[in-house]
Amino acid sequence: MADEKMNEGGVVEEAAGALERLLPEHPVLAGLFEQFTDVEWRRSSEQHTAVVPKDRLRDFSLAALQAGFEMLVDLTAVDYLRLRRVRFEVVVGLLSLQHNVRLRLRVPVPADDPNVPSLVPVYPAANFFERETFDMFGIVFGDHPDLTRILLPEDWVGHPLRKDFATGAVPVQFKSSPQVT
Amino acid sequence: MSDDTRRPVREIRDVWITPDEAPDWMRRATDEGAQTMRRDEPQQRLVEQTGVRVRNDYVLDDEISEDERMIINMGPQHPSTHGVLRLQIELEGEIVRRVKPIIGYLHTGMEKTGETLTFMQGGTNVTRMDYLSPFFNELVFSLATETLLGVEIPPRAQAIRILMTELNRATSHLVSLATQGMDIGALSMMLYGFRERELILAFFEKTTGLRMNHNYIRPGGVAAELPDGWEDDIEEILEKIPVGLADYEDLLKANPIWEGRTRGVGVISPEECLAYGVTGPPLRATGVDLDLRKTQPYSGIDQYEFDVAVGSNGDVYDRYRVRVQEILQSLRIVREVAEKMPPGDYRTDDRKVTPPPRRRIDESMEALIHHFKLFTEGFKVPEGEVYAAVESPRGELGCYIVSDGSAKPYRIHIRAPSFANLQGLPIMMADSLIADSVATIASVDPVMGDVDR
Repeated sequence: MADEKMNEGGVVEEAAGALERLLPEHPVLAGLFEQFTDVEWRRSSEQHTAVVPKDRLRDFSLAALQAGFEMLVDLTAVDYLRLRRVRFEVVVGLLSLQHNVRLRLRVPVPADDPNVPSLVPVYPAANFFERETFDMFGIVFGDHPDLTRILLPEDWVGHPLRKDFATGAVPVQFKSSPQVT
Repeated sequence: MSDDTRRPVREIRDVWITPDEAPDWMRRATDEGAQTMRRDEPQQRLVEQTGVRVRNDYVLDDEISEDERMIINMGPQHPSTHGVLRLQIELEGEIVRRVKPIIGYLHTGMEKTGETLTFMQGGTNVTRMDYLSPFFNELVFSLATETLLGVEIPPRAQAIRILMTELNRATSHLVSLATQGMDIGALSMMLYGFRERELILAFFEKTTGLRMNHNYIRPGGVAAELPDGWEDDIEEILEKIPVGLADYEDLLKANPIWEGRTRGVGVISPEECLAYGVTGPPLRATGVDLDLRKTQPYSGIDQYEFDVAVGSNGDVYDRYRVRVQEILQSLRIVREVAEKMPPGDYRTDDRKVTPPPRRRIDESMEALIHHFKLFTEGFKVPEGEVYAAVESPRGELGCYIVSDGSAKPYRIHIRAPSFANLQGLPIMMADSLIADSVATIASVDPVMGDVDR
């Protein structure tokens, strides 16, 4: 089933692509839209989404901050293994208090080069979220001040939220316990 | 509290932003000579970070000599850390200079588990995250699922959701007040807070069968109708909780010891809150009236009257005041919901997500099959992605779901408010006395189940 979907260009990608490239109606977003021509805009369930190339992420987030998105509320990733050509996608949630609007950034990240510029210099709130995403997906945020595992033990092997990380066969790893046989 | 006790806004964004690019509210921070802080070579760091072992990154500051500096670990088994929070605290004498929260001791991989459970079963998983406000977890998960499904929720189901979540906000804040009181030394608060909370928990048990981890709010509505005589229970709650709250006010509000331990302690500025993603009572205590119930209302909460509680100083005392006010406002909403409770069904009649009624199962084979298939296979959710957010007692609780069109979420991510609020803790604790750290931790009210998931 997964193969068929892949031929069609990926299932979830297809769903998002079915929406036309929408010009954002909100004036704040329209300003960003004019500034960044290489960013793709989408809207689903009345939620604004911008697909940002990763080399433009730093510029875009800085422009978003200046346009009034004061707060980074969420940062995570999705592993589209076998569903999309580009395996990972970093998903960032921004919130503007003054305009009361949300914006979601989606940053495609290829599996052979899982590096994304860190958002910590622009939004310090990204610190823990990026560490969690590194921990769970193995996506490396360059220039992050302290990119270490945050939830898992530091000697854990692998990145559990990747789709090829199997559940159920992992022995519980305690640091000083005798070898599990 | 006068303004001069407030710390200046420290440099919070070490960038790459030149002063003339920065928005006005940031300018003070960048003007104070903050220059770009290039860390060590990125390439070398990548080698370290992509490897299996990660180094201990806690680098000591060279400016202070070894003799004046001491690093102590608080937790993960410390009774005042409200769970398994560990803080690495760098001390200079009695003064906390740097703090690093170390988390993950309660991590159970719930986001991974969520990918193996159907949307029908997902509620049992998310409700265990923030165990002090389980209804909010269920609500945000249901809202996200329903947005993807595109189902309409009947008014009575929405009113029941608001009733239960606002009562839940009261119980959560009561625990917070109780444990905060105990941490600072007002031991009676512990007993009082739990006494009042018990009233509401008894009502939860009557309605859902459980005192916590209810799985009561589900995609499509709620699991069951309110119990017979629920109006009397609500009446009793609305009568007794304010009496209890009046006790707390007598005990704490103008108590000189309480004020001395909380006023001007653990201060954080609104700019720092926004920069570090701090939401909920800690943000509102700084004077920012961000409350998703007002700005981005859910489940029809905008039709009820209530005020957003805000503070002004952003210290421990203001956070305590905000929580007391929020309990009263929640009870105000509960009273209005109980008065206006609309008639009707407690779940949607969309048969795609709702099983057929019990009596139909006895007379119709199709209904029995339908019921069986819903609970074994679950219902399919259209492809797409969605982010839903509610105002939990700790701040913005979000749920990001990606569906690939099957009965299980392809990816479920919970934006935990406690997780983000912990990032503000080092700011609040820096340059304060070690004795105040306990009061500050309690005022952030982190729930480790929510932080670690």
